[in-house]
Amino acid sequence: MVEWTDFERATIKNIFAKMDYEDVGAATLSRCLVVYPWTQRYFGNFGNLYNAAAIQANPMVAAHGKTVLHGLDRAVKNLDDIKATYAELSVLHSEKLHVDPDNFRLLADCLTIVVAARMGSDFTPDVQAAFQKFLAVVVNSLGRQYH
Amino acid sequence: MSLSVKDKKIIKAFFGTISSKAEDVGKEALSRTLVVYPQTKTYFSHWKDLSPGSDKVRKHGGVIMEGIANAVENIDDLSAGLLTLSELHAFMLRIDPANFKIINHNILVAFAMLFPGDFTPEVHVSVDKFLSQLALALSEKYR
Repeated sequence: MVEWTDFERATIKNIFAKMDYEDVGAATLSRCLVVYPWTQRYFGNFGNLYNAAAIQANPMVAAHGKTVLHGLDRAVKNLDDIKATYAELSVLHSEKLHVDPDNFRLLADCLTIVVAARMGSDFTPDVQAAFQKFLAVVVNSLGRQYH
Repeated sequence: MSLSVKDKKIIKAFFGTISSKAEDVGKEALSRTLVVYPQTKTYFSHWKDLSPGSDKVRKHGGVIMEGIANAVENIDDLSAGLLTLSELHAFMLRIDPANFKIINHNILVAFAMLFPGDFTPEVHVSVDKFLSQLALALSEKYR
């Protein structure tokens, strides 16, 4: 069981309460596809991903980014049992989508960068530590059902 | 994942842009390294104050960024350009090279925070590649 301090709980809820899902979702997924181009392998049917400009303008990328970000809501609401919350999603990513779980870490890093850019000096080291701890638990849970 | 002509151009331009705030970037990156990855504090047991933004952290962040600026100057041959620094890290400081990834991540976070408009995805990928190559060059003399 993961132990969360009051500060960590409040910080995580606060970040997601203030988040513009459309903006952050699109920015995060497009950044991931640009910075780690091998991740494009999972999006063969998304149309034009030929260069950074195309990726950032792609409406399917933007929509999917928003979907993925809303997927994190479940974890925010169930901080005390993220493992169980994501069991089904983990099976989905393993059995159906065949996503290498290392990609979860790459996307999490991109989300950290995007949130840092949006929050500026409010993204203090303590806030970063809480946010990265949350993402590490999410990443771990999503990889849990792989075999 | 070596640096293309385009990568080098982007890196030189971006490091030009950030040069006036280099110490701030270094201070943020090192502060975050010590707070978010507490195991890194083991390398600074000789400092009394490891709090974010303390004098020592600020100064040392600046030193690190100067090293990185030097690496930008030597971008066409990082191994040769970073020889002395590699020897320092390998034989004297003996910092586990796994930590280079950690501070690189926090340098990227600092760039995103302080230069949100300039740190676009295209700049991000070139800088990430550069910092990875830098870490590799810095590890040259380890074994």
